[in-house]
This record gives sequence, structure tokens and C-alpha cells, in this order.
Amino acid sequence: MTQTISNPTPKDYKSEVKPTWCPGCGDFGVLNAAYRGLASMKLDPDRTVVVSGIGCSSRFPHFMKTFGFHSVHGRALPVAQGLKMARPDLTVFAVGGDGDMFSIGAGHLIHAALRNIDITVLVMDNEIYGLTKGQTSPTSPYGHVTKSTPYGLMASQFNPIATALSLNVSFVARGYSAKPKELAALIEQGIQHKGFSFIHALSPCPTFHHTFDAWDTSVTPIPADHNVRDKAQAVLLAMETERQFVGVFFREERETMDQAAYQLAQQAKPFAIEHYIKRYA
Amino acid sequence: MVNEVTIRIGGESGEGTVSGGDILALAAARWGYHVYTFRTFPAEILGGPCMFQVRISNQPVKSMGDYADVLICLNKEAYDRNISELRHGGVLIYDPSDFTPEAGDYIAYAIPFNWIARKEIQLFQTKNMVMLGAISGLFGPPQESILQVVHSKFSKSRKANATLLEKNVLALEAAKKFVNEKLSKRDPYLLGPVEKAERVVLNGNQAIVAGALMAKCRFFAGYPITPASDIMETMAKELPLVGGTFLQAEDEIAALAAVLGASFGGVRAMTATSGPGFSLMTELIGLSSMAELPAVIIDAQRAGPSTGMPTKMEQSDLSFALYASHGDTPRMIVAPASVADCYTLMITAFNMAERYQMPVLFLTDQALTARVESVESSVFVPAELQERVRPGADGSNGASEKELMSVASAAHGYARYAYTSTGISPMTAPGFGAPSYVATGLEHDEFGHPDYEPEDHTAMMHKRFRKLDTAAEELPTPQRYGDEQATIGIIGWGSTEGTIQEAVDRARAKGYKVASLHPKILSPLPDRTIRDFIGSVQKVIVPECNYSGQLANLLGAKYGLQAIRVNKFGGIPFTAGEILRAIEEVS
Repeated sequence: MTQTISNPTPKDYKSEVKPTWCPGCGDFGVLNAAYRGLASMKLDPDRTVVVSGIGCSSRFPHFMKTFGFHSVHGRALPVAQGLKMARPDLTVFAVGGDGDMFSIGAGHLIHAALRNIDITVLVMDNEIYGLTKGQTSPTSPYGHVTKSTPYGLMASQFNPIATALSLNVSFVARGYSAKPKELAALIEQGIQHKGFSFIHALSPCPTFHHTFDAWDTSVTPIPADHNVRDKAQAVLLAMETERQFVGVFFREERETMDQAAYQLAQQAKPFAIEHYIKRYA
Repeated sequence: MVNEVTIRIGGESGEGTVSGGDILALAAARWGYHVYTFRTFPAEILGGPCMFQVRISNQPVKSMGDYADVLICLNKEAYDRNISELRHGGVLIYDPSDFTPEAGDYIAYAIPFNWIARKEIQLFQTKNMVMLGAISGLFGPPQESILQVVHSKFSKSRKANATLLEKNVLALEAAKKFVNEKLSKRDPYLLGPVEKAERVVLNGNQAIVAGALMAKCRFFAGYPITPASDIMETMAKELPLVGGTFLQAEDEIAALAAVLGASFGGVRAMTATSGPGFSLMTELIGLSSMAELPAVIIDAQRAGPSTGMPTKMEQSDLSFALYASHGDTPRMIVAPASVADCYTLMITAFNMAERYQMPVLFLTDQALTARVESVESSVFVPAELQERVRPGADGSNGASEKELMSVASAAHGYARYAYTSTGISPMTAPGFGAPSYVATGLEHDEFGHPDYEPEDHTAMMHKRFRKLDTAAEELPTPQRYGDEQATIGIIGWGSTEGTIQEAVDRARAKGYKVASLHPKILSPLPDRTIRDFIGSVQKVIVPECNYSGQLANLLGAKYGLQAIRVNKFGGIPFTAGEILRAIEEVS
């Protein structure tokens, strides 16, 4: 059902609004990957909606020349799901940060995964709250010292990939903002995948939590022989701490809620109140 | 003989108290009578004391009735709980094997419901049919009307079988026979034959769903909550049949967020909740207002605060509905007063949401959700639907040149949030070849781009609130009820309208000069109509089922009105007699 346009370039997806991000922000790489991925798919910008919550990365829709919905903190996923359920003909692409998706909106992630509604979610993870200037986030490492954890973080680090796998997410991948070409390919695969696609994008914050050097070292491509249908192996890869694997961890095609609902609605008849009200006569 | 009777059945939930009452109301309505029901729900999931009251009259019924004319007690506890609600000189019906009532100012009929069901029919489940047979024999409606309803209920039930149906018929007949042979009628209540009428019998929530479907609502998201769940359940069943979709959300925040997503997609969408869920939705009410996305939100009010009393009636969410959300947030509020309103005002609510691009809060309440009324079929007719304002086909702004105040030129897109004299800006949805935009909760310029400039925020605030002024000009105003020369005025809101009007009628019959006004759109308020009404009377009573007098507070703040507040907050609606007493007291 994906609608395409002829021969677009990444620039065709770029709006005239200038990003507000700090120089060197990982989100620039993710944004470029998105332009590239959408162009490669020739997605019709008028049939594509980028939905976000609140945070540095959630400014994303303003920088894209598609339809956009910049909602409130943590709510990108329910907005995106409502849109896709009501308009299954559209491509719905939800974006946000680790605070948005794993903290205030974490509850929504569980149910989006279980419903397997055909949307793609891209989480830009910098392990810190950037927009509010440097507090700890669910993906901050244990012991991490931030403005809100002056004595060190006393909570475990959230594992996005392992969580997504445990939730039966039907497409699970990780990319890195410093590798936009590979990330663009993941975005393309995620959007093409019929079902709920989860892409974890490592996207460093140069201002409050500089992880470029560490991630340049730890980021490792998923072994070429990994079977994307092998969930147990995917979990093992996700649980590794020394290396951060990038690529597709898991993929599985199964029924999506939006298509099931769309099929149900195919037998619909026009509504006539005169007929409907007779049940109460 | 009086051609009106209010019958209350008290018993144990699950033993047919409510289903028996339902059948009685339906049978009376099918026979040609007006009906109006009131019921309580037990706190228990299964069992627990409950009661069902139906007022049956050959005249239109406006309230549940002050007292029961007939009280049927299916056990001792029902007697203890309800005997104080029986009119002096009314009828008490009981089974002597359950208890012996104390002597009192009532006519008592002893009917062995248990014995007839257990011994004569040999099936205890038929006890409610025995009760209906007795009611039919003593007061009406005729047995055929009851049988008709029983037959149609059986045809829809999976548990039904021929033997059970036959036993039910036998139970009806046995009770009638008992009444005819063993009792001598000493009361004045007898429902005589009436003309048949084209009416339907349904409750508030059922009418809400009919209205929403008529208004082309094609997406619903919600979360289970008493007393709004049956709206969700019915939408889940009906939406696919008309080409719509449904989502049971993980919480009310997600429910309204999903509704806004669907609305952004150009699909008319709503959610339904009660106080606790409404509390969760507030951040999205702000977003709906700021991003100017149409949404209809039903709040089936129940007694609060917090979890409160989920199965009890209260009108205590008005203040919250007026102000829910941080910041200055324009929204609209509609409050239906009757089952008919639940249909017609649902359509109005959707039209308001679509035209003025903001959240419309629909404040029903627990009593109205479950209240069954007979309504003229002519109420349920197609209605004209408002469409969203769209940009012109030539890429120009959809607003006329006269309406357009200013639009800056832009490199791309269109002025989604253009400043217009009405405040209403053109709106597109994805996928129809129309220009794109970003809906945002950030303050923005006319093109939807983030913008924190003082003059732009000021202009945008003006624009968003201007829509309320436009709406106030365009929306219908409430009609005054009662005496044109009234000295006492009553202003009410929500499901109490019928009760207030009945009190006005009764007071006028006693010689009091009274009139009432019942605004059904509470934001924006019809300023002129209310000011005129207040100015035309000497005293204004504001009866509300809440503690703090939420409408009275609003009228005080807006119009300087020093209202005489009459507040009831026990979880049970007003009776007309209570309002009448208030009128008499201030006179």
C-alpha cells in the first residue's frame, strides 16, 4: 500500500526549518539517514507522517517535508497508532528519545509491541535528558553522575533491544548515528516491514554525555551468520555489554492489528440511523 | 383511577430485579406509555442489593418521580432499604415467606413469589416473571405486551430454550391468576389503554453511540471505566460494521492520544471516560486545543473525587472540564439533559469539534448513562454534518479574503494556522494531495513552525480564543421555560433539566411565578441569554448535584450572580419535589 513518487532525492524530504540541535549532535546523522531512507523508498511525503513526542530528537518532524505531528512528552506511540488504525493507507514513522520512549512513554511501548500495528519507531538514544540540560535517563549507565544523580545513578540501565525482543516486537534493529548509510538501510527495512518495527539508534549528546569515542569502539556489526528468526540468539546479542551490536536482531511477519481491523471493516455498509434505531423500537 | 404509576423493584442483583424492570419498562413503552427509569447498581460484581424504578405515564415523563407508588420487595433487605421511598398510601408488595412488614401507611399485598416459582412452576429462575405477572394483573401493562418483550428477548438470548420460555409464560399466568383470585384490589393505580406511538426505548449511552455513528465518528479509542464502558463496548461492535476502527488503549492518556492521531488523519474520532480517566487526559486536552485538532471526549461523570463512587451520579466535573489543562486553553463543553439530547447533542458536539478545531467535552453523568427513556422516533433522524475548513483548490487559504487577516509568505506548505477573523484556519489531512503541515503543541507561527516571539504568542492566543467568540455567535441559544413574568428563576445544567421543568410546572400550578433556563453548551456560554434571564427575575436558584456549586461559581464569576445554591451530593439525582421545596422556600 506504500505510495511512491518518482526519483526523489534526500533533499526532497528536507523542510526549510533549521534544526535547533547543538553542533555535533548525533541526531543530525539520524535525520540525514531518515532523508536518505525515505528517498531510497521513494515515499510520497504527502502520505507519510512523522510523529514525535517531546525532547531534543522529537523536534524531528519540523525538519521533514512530510506531514508531521509533534505531540506531547511520551505520547508519540499512541498518537501514531491511532493514526495508523484510522488511516492504514499512510506510512507512519514515530521518532523520539530515550526519555520519551523508555521513561514517560515506556508503558505505551509495551502495548504498541503487542498490537503489532504497522508503524516504525526510531528511538534516538543518548543516555541522557538533553532538552532539560543533563539529567539521568533510563538508559544511563549504573553509577552515572549527572545533575540529577550527583552521587551516581543507583538504578540499572534499561536494555532497549532485549526489552523489545521480550515484547515480541516483530522487527528489532539497532543503528548508530555516525553510520548514517547503514542506519538509512535499517529505516528502509523497518518501514518496509509489515508490523511494529523498532529501531534503536545510538545518537550521542556532545553537550551533556559525550559517548562518540566510546561508541565508536563498542559499536560492532551483528555477525553476518546471525539468523534474524533466532530470537534466543538475538537476546544473547542484545545482552552483551562490551560490544553494542548494530544491524537487524530479529524479524518475523505476523498479522498486524491495523490490517485485521481494515479487513473487518471491508464488510461495512453505509450507516442509516432510521435502520439502526429500530433495535430500540 | 390514575393513568400513571411509579414502580420500584428492590432485590438482589442477579435474581432478575433489573431484567424484570427492563422488561416492564419496555412492555409499557411498547404498549404506548411514556417511561423513565432510574436504577442503582450494587458495588459487588455479582449479587448485592439493587433497585430498579420505572415511572410509567400516559403523559411525557420528565423525572424519575418523587416517591414510588408501588414498591415490590423481593427480600427483607430491599424492604429495609426502600420502604422510606414509598409514597404515603402507596402499595407494598412482598412475599410473606421472606418477611413480615411493619404496619404503615400503605396498602400491602402479600404474594407468594417464591412458592409460585418453586412449587407451581418448578423453576425458581421464573421468580421475576411471577413478579411481572403480578404487576401486570394489578396495574398493567397487559400480559400480551410483556410476552412480546419476553419473546423478543428470548429470540436474542443464547441461553433460551423452548422449555424455559414455556415456563416463563406459565409463571406470568400463574401470578396473574393468583392476583385475580386471591387479592382484592384496593389501590388507585391502573394503566388503561392508550394510543400507540412511534417511540424507541433506550438509555443515554445507547443514544450517544447512535449519535456518534450518525455524526460519522469512525474511530474510537478508550479504556474501561464505569459508567462509560458500554459506550466503548458498543463502539467496538458497531464501528467495523460502518467501516470504522476501534482501539482499546492501555490507559486514558493513550486513548485520547490515539483519538488525536486519528483526527489528524482526517477521521472523526472520540473517546469516552469518567472522572478518573478524564483526569489522565488533561495533557492531551491541551494538545488538542493548541494543535487545533478536533476531538470529542465524553465524560460520564460519577461521584468523586478520586475513585469516589463509580456507580453513583454526580455533576461534579464541570469546574474541571472548564479548566482542565495547564495554560489558557480554549475548549468547548456540551452537557446533554436527556436521552434525546444524547443523540442530537452528540452530533452537535462533532460538528463543533470539526468546525472550531478544538476539544469538545461531552458531560453526561451516571444517572443519564443508565436511564432508559421512551423517545419519539422522530428524534433519531439524519442530521447535517459540518466539514473542516480546507485550503482552496488553487493552493490558496480556504478562508475568504474578508476573513483572512494576514498570512506571511512561506517557502513551502500553507498557513495551517492562518490568522482569520473567525479564528478558524484551513486544515488538511495527509494523503489527499493537499499540502502538508506539522501539528504541534509548541507555540507556532501561522505555518506551524515553532515560534516563541511575544507578539506571535499574543496573536495566536487571540486567534485560538476568537473561535469561542465565533462559536458563541453561531451556536443555538437555550430557550427559557415557564412563566414569562417569573420572579424566581432556576438555572441548571446536565441531566437535571426534566426534573427542574417538572418542579417549575408544579410550582406554577401552585401559583408561583417561576421560569428556568438550561444551557446545554457551557463553553462558550450564551452570555446574552443568561444575562437577560438573570435580569428578568428577582432571585435565581442554581440546583446542582455537587458540593461546591460549580455552575453557581461560574455564573458568579462571569455575571456577578449571587445565586441561591441548592446542592445535593449523595450520589442520587434530585427529585422534582426537592426542587419544588427550594422554590417554596425562597418565595
